[in-house]
Amino acid sequence: MAANVSEFLALIGELLALIGTFFMLVAALGVLRLPDVFTRMHSSTKSATLGIGCVMLSAAFHFRDLGTVTQALAIIFFVFITAPVAAHLLGRAAYLSGVPLWEGTLSDELRGRYDEITHELTGYLSIPLPEERR
Amino acid sequence: MVLTLAFGMLTVAVFLAFIRLVRGPSLPDRVVALDLLASLSIGWIAIYAIATNQSIFLDVALVLALLAFLGTVGFAYYIAKGAMPWRQT
Repeated sequence: MAANVSEFLALIGELLALIGTFFMLVAALGVLRLPDVFTRMHSSTKSATLGIGCVMLSAAFHFRDLGTVTQALAIIFFVFITAPVAAHLLGRAAYLSGVPLWEGTLSDELRGRYDEITHELTGYLSIPLPEERR
Repeated sequence: MVLTLAFGMLTVAVFLAFIRLVRGPSLPDRVVALDLLASLSIGWIAIYAIATNQSIFLDVALVLALLAFLGTVGFAYYIAKGAMPWRQT
């Protein structure tokens, strides 16, 4: 019985390793193929973070002792905290430095509302809305 | 067998991210590719720890995650402050 449970947990670990590396492959494919810095960034951040989570859970299921499981959960927690922060900083820097958007971009809410010299955000109500949104 | 497949997919992923790192038309593209390469390295180290049955390698993954975050924050700071030769207007 115990051997069956052990084999089952090892099987879950291998499955999680495959799922995680698959999501990392999808992230790399998105970074190569998507048309824009921001779309590439969304692919890299979300998919690769999910991949790291799955791979670390796979390591936890493989080793199955207290220290390693705690460490794997700590790595997952750290990556889940820092990846959105890094992506937000990088996206803000890319937008402010004038990287061109994809030509199929539908809405750019920040255009005309941000002073690049003084770094002041103009209030939402002080600029008249465009014609089609009144 | 499973681990070989995982190593193969990670190798292809590193290759694709490296193509974007070389080709990327602007500096933020390259920084995104570098960040993805760091994430792929973390996954690679975890799979390697499983393959060699040495849980001590997960320490390396933790340190690499920290350094990748610091590097991305530094690059973002200097992109926001620095010269922008790819600006169109």
